[in-house]
Amino acid sequence: MSRLPFYLIVGLLLVAGVAMSIHRHVQFEVPWTPGEQRQVWEIEAQVNFIADGGPAKVNLALPSTQQGYRILTEHTASPGYGLAFLEENGGRRAEWTTRQATGDQQLYYSVQALVAPSSRQPLIEPPPLRRDIVWESPYDTAARQVIERAWSRSADPFSFARELITDFTEARQGENARLLLTQFDRSPLLVRLLNQAGVPAREVSGLLLEHGRRRQSLTPWIQVFDDPEWMLFDPRTGERGRPDNLLLWESAGQAVLEVEGGSNSRVGFSMLSRNQPAAAAVRSELADDTLLNFSIHSLPLEDQALFQTILLIPIGALMVVILRVLVGIKTSGTFMPVLIALAFIQTTLITGLIGFLLVVAVGLVIRNYLSYLNLLLVARVTAVIITVIAIISVFSVLSYRFGLNAGLTITFFPMIILSWTIERMSILWEEEGPKQVLIQGGGSLLTAILAYLAMNNPLIRHLTFNFLGIQLILMALILLLGNYTGYRLLELRRFKPVTED
Amino acid sequence: MWTTPSRLHAKGIVGMNRRNIRYIGRYNSRRLYPLVDDKLKTKLLAQQYGITTPALIGTVTTQFGIKQLCTMLIGHQGFVIKPAKGSGGKGILVIERIEGGRYIKPSGVQLTLGDVERHVSNILSGLYSLGGSPDVALIEALINFDASFSEYTYEGVPDIRVIVFKGYPVMAMMRLSTAASDGKANLHQGAVGVGIDIASGAAIRGVQFDRTRHDHPDTGHELASLHISDWDTLLRLAAGCFEMTGLGYLGTDMVLDRDHGPMLLELNARPGLAIQMANGEGLRPRLDLIERQPEGVSPEQRVAFAQHYFARSSELRETA
Repeated sequence: MSRLPFYLIVGLLLVAGVAMSIHRHVQFEVPWTPGEQRQVWEIEAQVNFIADGGPAKVNLALPSTQQGYRILTEHTASPGYGLAFLEENGGRRAEWTTRQATGDQQLYYSVQALVAPSSRQPLIEPPPLRRDIVWESPYDTAARQVIERAWSRSADPFSFARELITDFTEARQGENARLLLTQFDRSPLLVRLLNQAGVPAREVSGLLLEHGRRRQSLTPWIQVFDDPEWMLFDPRTGERGRPDNLLLWESAGQAVLEVEGGSNSRVGFSMLSRNQPAAAAVRSELADDTLLNFSIHSLPLEDQALFQTILLIPIGALMVVILRVLVGIKTSGTFMPVLIALAFIQTTLITGLIGFLLVVAVGLVIRNYLSYLNLLLVARVTAVIITVIAIISVFSVLSYRFGLNAGLTITFFPMIILSWTIERMSILWEEEGPKQVLIQGGGSLLTAILAYLAMNNPLIRHLTFNFLGIQLILMALILLLGNYTGYRLLELRRFKPVTED
Repeated sequence: MWTTPSRLHAKGIVGMNRRNIRYIGRYNSRRLYPLVDDKLKTKLLAQQYGITTPALIGTVTTQFGIKQLCTMLIGHQGFVIKPAKGSGGKGILVIERIEGGRYIKPSGVQLTLGDVERHVSNILSGLYSLGGSPDVALIEALINFDASFSEYTYEGVPDIRVIVFKGYPVMAMMRLSTAASDGKANLHQGAVGVGIDIASGAAIRGVQFDRTRHDHPDTGHELASLHISDWDTLLRLAAGCFEMTGLGYLGTDMVLDRDHGPMLLELNARPGLAIQMANGEGLRPRLDLIERQPEGVSPEQRVAFAQHYFARSSELRETA
């Protein structure tokens, strides 16, 4: 009988579990620990324009997930306007439309962007080179000389762009540059010159994020391509590289704002920075509706809370397996301790322990009397169930009267399980004496407490809830434990006398 | 207080996990379990295979059948009531004799007919059965155990546990009930376990509560002279249980009756590991040796093989 298929399955489960977890960590920025704080920017764009009185159409560029930032949620406020989100020429845009608009109009768009240093932008296609550039005299000569000067002092597209832009900065502005600037705006001019020299480039708009700033506007940046890479340049200084606090708002080379049926249009930005726990940041991620993005976080909040508990049960069960297979602790009822531990999560440990011991102790006394009545088994256990319910009710009322609200949580105990525990302990008492009751009862409680501590650990809660791959890893571990033929810890004590002589 | 895994391994001790996976899981097919978990089935099967068992007085299968209990017992002095699906000796009631409507246990405790009927009722409702399923009560004739053992036991019947692996008897022990074990034969409750030499049926070593003993704690009789008569017959009966059940790793519980010789009391598909303590030896080397033997050997040959390879000298006599 070959064990190969077994180890293959275990290996597959492990690899799949680890891969799923890492994928979730990398792709969705879900942190490994719950305590990590994440910086989230809340940015609001306010579009203002004066409507002509007829139909109006407003088209605003929107940011997408990019290097350094992940877009979480977005909202709009635009009463009376129809709204559509469009994908155009590689950029996302919002389009507001209305039949009739008069006077001052205000449209709001707000977005939450998570600071995510490892976030990557999908590959961007460089824009096509514009071959149809025509310069009028004398600008053609000036342009050619500027290009030649920068070309001779550069090695590749990026250094060429740097040299070219530097030639237009205040300090090094030559005659040619000054001449060209009289006719053209700086950024379009630079893009035009780069294109002329055969370097693909475009003008993009970015927002410099600063906490608490209001009425900010976008700044132009030059995006220079050296396929497959690209680089951002500051058209004012020639500095290369993206500042950390720059969020690219429009990166398709299109206009940021287009308004039809209105005038005096402008867009202003205000922003706030917040730190929030990573788990909360994860929760507000946009849920993609693809099957591949299978996640419990796409469920309604209530069901998520339910799942948080359900996904913890394997952890408790793993504790039981470890304690029984590796340690050799005896428990009364195999998975009874897990259910007790689940109740402890609701009641907190001390209240739960006191409640459990009270219910079982009183239950044992009453069960002892029931055994004199000579009842059939099912009827007797049912009588114990009703007794347990009565005990729990009495304790709840009593603790409430004494002002101990914690006592009310006793109702979270699984009553039928408790009844069977009482029944089993009672039989054990009659047959094997109180010592065995203490051993098995103590073993069950110890297992329940350890399972509770494991299940109530914030890190474990975070991991099981956010990484479904953990479940596969748990499965693999339990399969491996099910294959363990070595000694149990307590057997090292049990069999000691044999090794002595 | 603690030992190391390597020392246990060197001694060839089989642990619980290894027993479950390597032996029970591999050699005991699940569908054969009912044959041994139901004592009534075991009994009927044993009769088919010519293996002696205690005589069956009758069975009680329904709650209203309890009323016939009294008539069923007429003419029997002592009897034993046990659940067909009980485990670990649970729910076994031994009545030594009936005197004027009082049912007297070996300990001298007197019960009324009502007490006995309640016990049967509990058995039927599944109080002692595995998983609490409804059960059947067996009423068997009392075993008149061999007088030669009366010095070695307190109240209960001493029984002999033989582990039969693939039909080979690999290890044996006798369990002597004590006052501490309340007349029961479970080692963890305080019964004395005596390792028995497979070759001769003589005592090798005695333990109580995991400590070596040379005498019976209640009668004070030394254990060294303990010798089981008719040992070869007993081993052949035990070995024959393999053909009878098909279970590869089996615990057979035998008793010696004064009149009928060795008898099969019950079978266990999950025999415990305490027998290693009683023998002061691990099962592993013996099981490994048996695993290398070919299939299809007759019970007589298997017994002879075991008696040849597993012979041991007594530790009791050396020290005594």
